[in-house]
Amino acid sequence: MADLTTEQIEKVITDSLISFGANAEDINRDAELAALDIDSLDLAELSQIIEEHFGVELTSADVAEITTVGDAIDLVAERG
Amino acid sequence: MSHARPEGASALVTGGSRGIGAAIAGALAADGWPVAVNYRSAAAEAAATVASIEASGGRAVAIAGDVADPAVAALLLDAAAEALGGPVLALVNNAGVRADGLALSLSDEDWRIVLDTNLGSTYRLTRVALRAMIRARFGRVINIASVVGPRANAGQANYAASKAAVIAFTKTAAVEVARRGVTINAVAPGLIATDMTQDIPEAFREKVPAGRAGTPEEVAAAVAFLASERAGYITGSTVYVDGGLSA
Repeated sequence: MADLTTEQIEKVITDSLISFGANAEDINRDAELAALDIDSLDLAELSQIIEEHFGVELTSADVAEITTVGDAIDLVAERG
Repeated sequence: MSHARPEGASALVTGGSRGIGAAIAGALAADGWPVAVNYRSAAAEAAATVASIEASGGRAVAIAGDVADPAVAALLLDAAAEALGGPVLALVNNAGVRADGLALSLSDEDWRIVLDTNLGSTYRLTRVALRAMIRARFGRVINIASVVGPRANAGQANYAASKAAVIAFTKTAAVEVARRGVTINAVAPGLIATDMTQDIPEAFREKVPAGRAGTPEEVAAAVAFLASERAGYITGSTVYVDGGLSA
């Protein structure tokens, strides 16, 4: 999917994090997921959402590499 | 906060063509769940279960598939969701087999088939079903265990190991998804009058404090309750339906 924009990815990821209970004002590229109280179940669900929206399959090894919100956005952009 | 059952949610009962599975399918349908009745080979009995549900005003569909086959879990859940028009948000892992023998003489094949059908299929179906459940913020997984497992029963080391493991799996999987409104519980039947227990000796029956075998409907009632919205705060539990056998 070459037409994926960073903004689209950012929106889906931000909306997901908010649905998991993260505060919208705390979410930015440098925010660490752990600091947003995002845990392994949230990340598993985020992987599903990313797969549904962008057709990008993330393995558990991929997910383990994600530390910040920016990492997640960049990973999807790179694979998309 | 209790989560409401979403509109259009459907249920899947593995091994639902007869015995306890058929009673569970009937009880869920009576509670308004559209039900997929999975069967391995008993097509006529599955059709009869579906017909009986439809005659009572419920919705049901029969779906073939051997849950011991790892590829079947996703196919079965997809087929059920498609046929019933909504994701499977109540999964009853009921399919099970016995291949009895003393531990010292069990064959590897008897060990493998019992563990893979009873435990492996429970894990595989649950793993796939949880994807839709956590997204829906509602889900019910009910694993049919047995009083055999927590309790010894000579001649059933493989069956006991599979059912005790189902209870252990239930507990851990339950805590992993509890925050999403998804509950995972086990129901452990004792001696229940079905085709599968016809060969159980009378001496065993006499050990049951209630003095009788249970009925499939008595097991189904516990399952239907655990599947209901009312049971939203019960998770990781095992409900014994055994006439006091495990007490």
